[in-house]
Amino acid sequence: MFRQAKNGKLMIEILPDKCDFCGCCVGICPEDAIELKEAEIFIIDERCTNCAKCVWSCPIEVIRFNKEGVVV
Amino acid sequence: MLKTDYDVIVVGAGPAGSIAARFAAEQGVSVLMLEKDRDVGYPVRCGEAISKSGVEEFIPSNEKWITSHIDKFSLNSPDGTEAIIEFQDAGYVLERRIFDYELAKTAAAAGAEILTRAYVNGLIIENDKVCGVKYEYRGEKKEIKAKIVIGADGVESRVGRWAGIKTHIHFKDMECCTQVTASNINADSNTLYFYFGQNYAPGGYFWVFPKGKGIANIGLGVSGMVGKKKSALSYLNDFMSENYPTAPILTSIAGGVPSTVTLEKISAPGIMLVGDAARQVNPLSGGGIASGMIGGSIAGRIAGEAIKKNNLNYILTYDKAWHDRLGKRHEIFERIKNGIYNFTDEKFNKIAHSFNKIPKDKRTLGRLFTTALINQPSLLVDVAKVFII
Repeated sequence: MFRQAKNGKLMIEILPDKCDFCGCCVGICPEDAIELKEAEIFIIDERCTNCAKCVWSCPIEVIRFNKEGVVV
Repeated sequence: MLKTDYDVIVVGAGPAGSIAARFAAEQGVSVLMLEKDRDVGYPVRCGEAISKSGVEEFIPSNEKWITSHIDKFSLNSPDGTEAIIEFQDAGYVLERRIFDYELAKTAAAAGAEILTRAYVNGLIIENDKVCGVKYEYRGEKKEIKAKIVIGADGVESRVGRWAGIKTHIHFKDMECCTQVTASNINADSNTLYFYFGQNYAPGGYFWVFPKGKGIANIGLGVSGMVGKKKSALSYLNDFMSENYPTAPILTSIAGGVPSTVTLEKISAPGIMLVGDAARQVNPLSGGGIASGMIGGSIAGRIAGEAIKKNNLNYILTYDKAWHDRLGKRHEIFERIKNGIYNFTDEKFNKIAHSFNKIPKDKRTLGRLFTTALINQPSLLVDVAKVFII
């Protein structure tokens, strides 16, 4: 299944294999669109607006744009 | 075996959560503290430096969790000029995984119950009042009632959001951090090293905090504004490959430090926020252990009193109590931080050179900030308010 790019906007992808689960992106996300457990993280599709604030704030480059849409 | 309801539930077992749980339990009310990870105190997301007074307000100093005793700051400008400030008994670099664990034990000793691997994922809200939490424990969905929920859930601060408090912060106010704990590092074990400038950490600082026996926490924080162009990880990799290309890496971590003033609202019917979740970090230093414990102690005490008075509205006095104790001070720190945020490398160099001309025994933190902000008279008043010059 793919998350399609909405309104031509970029899509956001979290790379769980590289993630440290630190919560920085969760604290920034204006939409409460990121779910973070002990060692599990994912974007809540319906809430994400592709604002990219999480991409800029990730200290270790784990979150990125994916123009093609993201496999979920 | 857990009860079906508690007077107070604390979400998160970091220093702020443990102190909140302890101060509430000390008043004889029933307290449960829930932690999402399997261990209290691990993983550590922290540079681990703290002042001695910050610790001793809550727990007697103990070598068990002190890795080094600090009596000097070494502040390094971009051209390599070192300004040294000496202190007496300034503070420690902690072993947080032991420290946090010991704090949780003090909460338990006061009567608080604790459960790890309990992932809180929602609140029970009735008539616009928070009255419990929903959580997952070993794959099972559960609910538990509480008269007061204290959100100590760290930088994420979702508990507050679920209660309708706006807790997310602007990415420019987030210090995005990454750190390694490395071995074979050549640093004085009683000195905290700070590095400033474009090459190290624009708008933030780079740190080397020694933990004894050649071990050190090496890391940095940059604003999300900077992270847009270059990530914290990339700055750290540059530093390590230039200075310690072969140093063994014992841990590597990431983390976000909310470096801004406290949230406008940190309590609402049935809910209080403490520590990073309330944005109680000192915005100038990025330190949050001591201030989080202070926030936790105030919240825990007020929560306990509210239960005993049988007047839950009493928890709303927490906002003012925090503001009077530290919140106001953090507003001043925030202004000073904004005053130095955009300094160029040349400016940092000039400050270091001027500072080193001051007689050695007068080189204090207050003098340093006075030197730095000499052209911004309005901020000098702020410096005078928070540092004894």
